[in-house]
Amino acid sequence: MTYQKRSKAELAQRVARDIHDGAYVNLGIGMPTQVANHLAPGIEVVLHSENGILGMGPAPAAGLEDYDLINAGKQPVTLLPGGAYFHHADSFGMMRGGHLDICVLGAFQVSATGDLANWSTGEPGAIPAVGGAMDLAVGAKQTWVMMDLLDKQGRSKVVPTCSYPLTGVACVKRIYTDLATLACTPQGLQLIDKVDGLAHAELERLVGLPIAA
Amino acid sequence: MINKISPSIADALSVVRDGHTVLIGGFGTSGIPAELIDGLIEHGARELTVVNNNAGNGDTGLAALLAAGRVRKIICSFPRQADSHVFDGLYRAGQIELELVPQGNLAERLRAAGAGIGGFFTPTGYGTALAEGKESREINGRHYVFESPLPGDVALIKAERGDRWGNLTYRKAARNFGPVMAMAARHTIATVHELAELGELDPETIVTPGIHVGKIVCIDRVATQAGGFKGSV
Repeated sequence: MTYQKRSKAELAQRVARDIHDGAYVNLGIGMPTQVANHLAPGIEVVLHSENGILGMGPAPAAGLEDYDLINAGKQPVTLLPGGAYFHHADSFGMMRGGHLDICVLGAFQVSATGDLANWSTGEPGAIPAVGGAMDLAVGAKQTWVMMDLLDKQGRSKVVPTCSYPLTGVACVKRIYTDLATLACTPQGLQLIDKVDGLAHAELERLVGLPIAA
Repeated sequence: MINKISPSIADALSVVRDGHTVLIGGFGTSGIPAELIDGLIEHGARELTVVNNNAGNGDTGLAALLAAGRVRKIICSFPRQADSHVFDGLYRAGQIELELVPQGNLAERLRAAGAGIGGFFTPTGYGTALAEGKESREINGRHYVFESPLPGDVALIKAERGDRWGNLTYRKAARNFGPVMAMAARHTIATVHELAELGELDPETIVTPGIHVGKIVCIDRVATQAGGFKGSV
């Protein structure tokens, strides 16, 4: 059997499909930002940005950039009608206090039980930077990861135990990848869905871990 | 009579001393008090500890303060950016100390300092390298790490409007760390783009009440520059 990986856009669509009307959501820097472009028309989702924004809108038209109004990646954004500004301690209180429904993050590695590594590869000489990653990982009602299943060397980024420095312990509920969507549970991985034509046994071989059907 | 309006940046910064901990507002370039940082470079204070979310963008502002060799230590959440080459060079050369703090812990440590809290237990960072050596506690089945308050000698804040009592409003997401830093420092110095008469600022919209502000300097408005991402440099 042959199978096709989900493209970046298809992966963003897959994540967007699980975001419900009325959800308060934080989309991490990089791939997760794309999810905003695929939310179903007609639903209202309120986007949070760590630097003190609720109701964040899309990028402004060229020439209308205002660099007092930026997202977590420091790129210019807009504010939707109904949006609000607040200071940093309130913004992270919103996060840590469990008021956000969903947070979508990128990752270097996720363990079968939901440990997350996404802030440092621990390389000697690398300059460490954590930003809001550790706060986001443990704060939202649900933390989802969005990433390619395999790294550039073909190794699974879903692992028995993270070898990179941890961002949070047992904090990831779901992993959306280009090959499959998996749930992390205290008992290990559980299959939510996979791309057409990919056999369950082949997915388990790629990941190197058992996956409950 | 209370009059917190300062005639110049140099006058407002006269409280700064060598070795001070200086809280600098801003997230990337949004809300960075660039004029006050330029004034701090001119002031000449050395051996400073700087608290900011980042560690400078490009070659101006905080990056220029670092390049001038005035900063002994930086406490921040995200030093590494597309345009943080000044910090990167100093760090690799061992010429600056870095204390890396998760962003929400940074904000809450500042808030705790300003609110008279002796520290707090937070779930953020539990089980990670950034919690090593710190006290932890299980509360209602969840693990928490103890974090200490982070007070400053001086805070440099960019605000939008202010009055002679020191009341401040902010502009858009440039508010970011301003309100908690204003509370956390012994001397808070804010720039504003507009001075209002007492009573002119709608009391419902004042974000930082004047009790937390020592001096205000009115400066010309300059559009905030892009910074912190690829393509901004």
